[in-house]
Parts: sequence; structure tokens; C-alpha cells
Amino acid sequence: MPDADRFTVADLPPLRLDADYWSLRWVDEACESYAVRKNVALPFCASTERGAMATVHAGGGYGYAATGDTSPAGLAAALERAAALARATAKFALIDSRTLPRPASRGEYASPALAAPARSRRDWYELLMTESRAAAFDPRIVDWDAAVDVLTATHRLVTSEGGDVVQRYRFLLPGMSVTAHAEGVTQTRTLHGHRGICQQGSDEILARFGYEGAMRRIADEALELLAAPNCPSGTMDVLLMPDQMILQIHESIGHPLELDRILGDERNFAGTSFVTPDMFGSYRYGSELLNVTFDPTRGEELASYGWDDEGAPAERVHLIRNGILERPLGGATSQLRAGLPGTSNARADNWNRPPIDRMANLNIEPGDATFDDMIAGIDRGVLMETNCSWSIDDSRNKFQFGCERGRLIENGKLGAVVKNPNYRGISATFWRSLARVGNADTVQVLGSPHCGKGEPSQVIRVGHASPACVFKDVAVFGGEEE
Amino acid sequence: MAPRGEPAGLAAMETYFHDVAAALDGLVAASETYTANFSAETSDFVRFNQGKVRQPGNVVQRYVDVDLINGARHASHRLSLAGDLAADNERLRAAVAGLRAALPELDPDPHLLIATDVVSTRTARAGPLPPAEIVIDALLDAARGEDLVGLYAGGPVCRGFANSFGQRNWHEAPSFNLQWSLYHRADKAVKSALSGVTWDEGALAAKMSEARGLLGHIAQPAKTLAPGKYRVFLTPAAMEDIVGLLCWGGFSARAHATKQSSLTRMRGDGGEGARLDPRIGIAEAIADGVAPAFQNEGFARPDRVPLIDAGRLVGALTSPRTAREFTLDANGANGWEAPEALVMDGGTLAAKDALAALDTGLYIGNLHYLNYSDRPACRMTGMTRFATFWVEGGKIVAPVNVLRFDDTIFRILGTSLEALTAETELILESGTYRERALASMRLPGALLSELTFTL
Repeated sequence: MPDADRFTVADLPPLRLDADYWSLRWVDEACESYAVRKNVALPFCASTERGAMATVHAGGGYGYAATGDTSPAGLAAALERAAALARATAKFALIDSRTLPRPASRGEYASPALAAPARSRRDWYELLMTESRAAAFDPRIVDWDAAVDVLTATHRLVTSEGGDVVQRYRFLLPGMSVTAHAEGVTQTRTLHGHRGICQQGSDEILARFGYEGAMRRIADEALELLAAPNCPSGTMDVLLMPDQMILQIHESIGHPLELDRILGDERNFAGTSFVTPDMFGSYRYGSELLNVTFDPTRGEELASYGWDDEGAPAERVHLIRNGILERPLGGATSQLRAGLPGTSNARADNWNRPPIDRMANLNIEPGDATFDDMIAGIDRGVLMETNCSWSIDDSRNKFQFGCERGRLIENGKLGAVVKNPNYRGISATFWRSLARVGNADTVQVLGSPHCGKGEPSQVIRVGHASPACVFKDVAVFGGEEE
Repeated sequence: MAPRGEPAGLAAMETYFHDVAAALDGLVAASETYTANFSAETSDFVRFNQGKVRQPGNVVQRYVDVDLINGARHASHRLSLAGDLAADNERLRAAVAGLRAALPELDPDPHLLIATDVVSTRTARAGPLPPAEIVIDALLDAARGEDLVGLYAGGPVCRGFANSFGQRNWHEAPSFNLQWSLYHRADKAVKSALSGVTWDEGALAAKMSEARGLLGHIAQPAKTLAPGKYRVFLTPAAMEDIVGLLCWGGFSARAHATKQSSLTRMRGDGGEGARLDPRIGIAEAIADGVAPAFQNEGFARPDRVPLIDAGRLVGALTSPRTAREFTLDANGANGWEAPEALVMDGGTLAAKDALAALDTGLYIGNLHYLNYSDRPACRMTGMTRFATFWVEGGKIVAPVNVLRFDDTIFRILGTSLEALTAETELILESGTYRERALASMRLPGALLSELTFTL
């Protein structure tokens, strides 16, 4: 049984915190990693995280202390270290901790299929080996792998106000990749990006994305890209598929709307934002077709939960409605600082890092266009799928993104495959060029386990659900001429 | 801010590492061997914003990654430790039992290669560091009146290796890394850093004075440049981003063998490979940095591995696994085959003459968020950031609104390279993902006749 489950407040030795508020947040995670590369089973890897973070508000200051010692004595020592920090830095504190919320939430959350039987180690390796062998049919295929991480986790938050939240998760993070090379050209194809098909749940996720049998298809596509021409350059329409849309949402809506960036916390590292507090409620972020929700309640999506890591209850809210910016991505502390409504998104990636404003699940609501409608409406453009390159300025405005695979669209018809499709734009104007939003049939629920941010830095799991979307008059270009 | 209730000093950490290794010695059976990597730190993290303390914290963490080997079958388990030997013995016992149960289900690993010659080492750097309160006082006092934002990360960091052959390697580095920015407005700021193993308040004052001086230039009205080609000077901090991107697979022997390296065109398999400027020399030089002199399978790392010499690709970083797979000689690299102590040769341009040599063009203090726009062609894109100025007649004229560059390394460090600074700067990696990084780069500044900007 995890230490987090055994704990009761009565276990703690007598504390001398003199605190206004304290909390203890446990993380107990176990991961099993399976991979087969070039038909060789890589060694099985397991990992276990077990630790706790103590947070204390005392004398107007705030402090945290993280420890791997989750015994009552270890937790008490961490609480006392956090209290000492809070008092020692109170005179320099940016925020008077006496004004901060003191959550008292109670309840439990569980991932879908939490209790489903686990696939055996042998079965995982058999599945991955079968996929791997499907790629080895052409000497131009020079590298390939199939892999999956299976995670289970228990997170618990106990507060001095009587709060007690227990959240149990089960995640599956599958992936596969094929690299082909010939005559100086190298092309890589993946199944919706690096672990892009990560979700909460169990084996049903594999079926949802057609994992079994996918290796041969992406291998064929990698070979096809070897012979494909470079993506053309020019101003034209783009049809972005969901496995590129998730990156577009993440970088040019998610990060700029993070309230801690807007408040300046990230300016020394991840960056600031072109969005300012006065924009909420009136700023036209995108065309009238743009509807963006923060939704930690969508069961299968990667970053769903019942409460954030400061105890705020999860709630689906619109951030952008009909193109107008409504609210930022900010947890209770940031909301208080900014005087703005926000979201339940104070999250930490582990027991040894403090909660900060993160995206969780950030989704684009589907529209009414069928995939065929979107193609038919484009005279000259490129369909782009699967992100492979991402770069954006520190205000999250000027971006340049690249995809694994493109297809020309001419006179309303889908045409030849092109390699190295890239496009660039400016967030503040790009979303206003959103011309068609795909219907629910075009939606995929994807995500990333690798969103980096924060000082000290954290890599957190985020989910993005999106339909395919059309943008007008975009600067498109291909790779270096050979 | 010294931790209470945690036996987290370096001596205690080293003792604990040996205790963990001894416990593992007792847990493996006669037919089994193990390797174990230990990493631990006691870190003060103090985050600043608006010249005040935003989030102060203390983290004590210990991890061990155990690889249990029986014949050619092996499996690993990375686990966090409590720091209490009785509790951790139970965790280790359970982990080893789990691995032992897994081994019969695994295929023999044809690429397994571990060190069997016992080479034990111990490296200890200077210390101790001052309490974080002293750093906070000094920093906020030095930056009084400024909009300062940043992070202080300080305290002991250690790495250890143990195996069942009796090898023990210990590397400890009490260090600090203070990274801060002084903001004028919006995205206009000057970034500074002070890092090392001994705290020097005089060095802080000098860095802060330099930053305040540049802030005066930042306060001028910003210039917006149209996309195009501009003459540029890249500071060592900007070079860190460019060379850092090359480290993402560029020097990996596995990436070269599978044609995925961004420097694949420099190999010239069967012919003349692409070349950088003949003045470019790059090596992995463990002796010059802060990374451990041992790697995760227990092999000693050579002092120097040449990677680029006279503009030609002459080497790659080869992990034991890659060595087995592609019949190469391993050269001390870890599994990710990226430099951890990269050094780049300097040139002849005195750093104090950089602005005069630039004459008219862009002085780029920092870059941001680089990525490949065409990896096989080693074409990269990224943004200017922080102290980037328009220079005319060797004088700073105005800060520049952010610009996106998109160009190949064969032009940046090839046909467009005019000069490298004689001075090189040791930049300690400031990364704190999962744990505080122990890596570094020693880099010159670079003067380029042109760099292509696209947005």
C-alpha cells in the first residue's frame, strides 16, 4: 500500500509550525517501460517515485520542502523546513500568503479502466516485436522502434483545513517511429508524434488509434517521403491535421494564456506573453470559429483529474468563445494576484517540484466541416500532419512549425505527398485566419508527456483534443534545396 | 535555510551511497551482477519576480538506478530513496526481487556491454556554499529598484556508480547557479548568470553593474528590422543555443550510424563530407567541465574526445550499447550520446573588439527556442531574445524587436564565419529538469558576415 494511503494527520508528531496553513502532497508513481528497436527487445525498465512536498504559509511568507522520506517523522521535518523558509523569506515575499486560499477539498478521482487487468510483460513484448518486424522489409529503412510506457499513480493532498483528496491514475503512452534513408535523404515518420497518442486508461487506447498494424503503414509513408519533392514555398492555405493542431494549440494558445507568464514569473526562463490582463473579455484572439476550452474532466484525455495540486476542483470552462478571449489559464494563486477568473490548473510534475500554472487539457471545440468539405474548399494549399519541429518567441507570438508529411491540395482535390512541410506565422494574427473547423468526426484526443516549464523546471503531462482545421493565406515553405 | 531532520550533507550522502551499494551487494545472487547509478542533491531553489521572492523551496532527493544482470539478460529499476536505510533496504529488496522475476521473461540482450575492470574514483569539489538567505539578501540588495526575475539553485549535487565487481565512483559538486533577468518593459530585458562552486559577492556586483549598463541601452526605443540577411555577432551565451542544438543527436554515434544526425552530411560516406570553417574545433573534454569522469555502465571517460577538427567531423560519442550494436569502440558516452563537457576552440578576435569588428549589424546576446527546420541539412531556426542590439559604426544604437533566424550550420559556422573570439567562456548548464544538471560548455563568441532572418 502506498505511504500516501496509510497516512493520517494523527500520525504526525507534535508540530511547532506556527503556520497559517500547511499542506502535504504525496506522489507515488510506478512506471514500466517496454521497447523493441530494430527487432531487438530493449531491456525492461521500471521506475518508482515516492515522495512528498510540504507547503507552509507562515508570517505572511510561503515555503515548500520536498522529501523522499514519507514517514511521519520525515513529513514533519519537511513541514518544519518549509515553515522556516516561509518565515525567513516573508520580508521579501511577492505575495502575502495570508491572503491566499486555504483549500479544504475532499474526494477521490480515478482514471478510466483503472482496475482493468494489466497486459503481461510477455504480451507487451510480443505486440511490440510484431510491430517492429513489420518495418523490416526494405533496406532503406535504417532505424525503427515500437515502445510503450505504462504508468500508475496515486496522488494525495492533505491540508490543515481538513482537505483530503486522493487521485488514482492509469496512463498509457505508446509510440512508434520509422526512419528511412537513401541518397542523402533521411525521413522519419511516427504514429502521431513522439508519444502523441498518450491517454488515461488501458489497452482500449491502442485500439482507438489502430496501434496494431500501424508500423507497416508509417514505414511505407517514410519510404514514400524519400522520393517526394520538397513542400513548395509561398502564401497558401493549410489544412492542419489534429496531430499538428495539438502543437499549434499548445504553443500559441496554451502558453501565452498561462497567467503566471502574464504575471511575469517565467520571464527569466520560458518567457513572457503577448497577452496582457486588459485583453480578457474583449480581445479577438481568433476568427468567430475559434472555441477553446480548458477541460480536465474529459475522462480519457491525458491531463484529466478531479482537483488540481492545490486542491481546486476541476471544471470545464471556455477560454476563448467565438474568437473572443474570455479567461486565462491560472490557478487560485494567480487568479488572486491578477484579479482575473481562471482555471483549476496549479499543477506539479512530481513530489519535488511546486505547483505552477500549467495547461492540463486544452481543447479546440469541433465545428461543422467534414474533412471532404475542407479539402474541397481549398484552391491551393497543403495538408500537414504530425509535428516534428517547433519554435516560438518568448512572448509566444512569432512561430515556425514543421511537420513530418504534407500533401498538396489543388483545385479542391488532395494531391501528391511532399516532404519537409513547414509554415510560419504570428499567433496574434494567425488564429484570425482560421477559416474552417472540422466536425467531431475529425477530432482526435492526443497529448504530450513532455511539456517543459518553470524554475526549477518541470516536465508535465498535457492533453489536447482538436479537429482538423483550415487556415487561410499562410507562409508555407519546404526544406533546404539539395 | 539549512535542512533540518535530513542527513543530507555531502559526507552523509557519500556514506549513504556506500550503504546502498553494500545493500545491493547483499541482495544479488551468485549468478547475478548489478550496476547502480546513484544521484542525489540537497537544493535550495529560490524563485524571484519583480525584485521579490516568489517561491522559496528546499528539495532533498536521492535516486538509485539498478540494472540487474544474469547472463545476457538484464533489466533496470530507478527508484527514489527515503534516506532511511531500513526503509530503503526494503525498497531495494523489492526492486531487485521484481527485476529477478522479470529476467526469465526477457530476451538476451545482444548489445549489453558493462565495465568489468574495476576502476574506482573519487572527485570532490570545493565548498561549502553560503546559506540561501545570504544570497537572497545580496541579490535583492544589488538589484534594488529593478524588476528582477530569476532563480537561485544551490547546494550539493552528487553522482555515484557501484557494481558487484566492487567498483565505486563518487563525484560531488557543491555548486550554485544564479540566473536572473533585469526587465525594462514587456520583452525587453538583460539576462545574466553567476555560477560556480564558491560564492563571490564581488562577482555578483560586477555582473549586476554590467547588466544595469546594458539596461540603459535596452531603454532606448526599439528598432524593428525587416526579414533579410544581416551581419551579426553572437555572444558565447547565444552560441550555447546553437551548439546546444547540435548536441541533440548531432554528435551521437548511433544517430550517425542510422543517418539521423543533423551532421550526417559531414560524414561523407564514400566521398568528401561537408565541412565547417577550418577554424572550428569542438571536443568533449570531461576534464574541463563539471560532469562525472565515469558513465552509467561504469566505464571511465577519456579526458578528451575530438568531435570536429579543422572543420571536419572526426569523431562521435559512442555509448557501450552503440559500440556493441555497430561494432565501434565506446568512448565514455552515456546512452544519450550528447556532450556533457563540450569545448569549442577560440579564435583571434579580442572580445573587447567585437562591436568594432561587427561595425554595422546585430549584436545578439541571447537566442531562444531553437529547433531544426530541416534536420538532414542541419538547417535551424530560433529567435533572438534579451539583449539584442542594432549596432552602427561599432556603437550600440538601439534594442531590436525579436527576430526569427533560419539558416544552416554550414553557413553559420562555415561560409559566413568571419571570426571567433580569442576568449572562451565556461557556461555551466543551468537545467533543473528532474535534477540539477552537471554539464557545461566552453564557447567563444562568433562574428558572421550574414545570418538569414525570416520573420
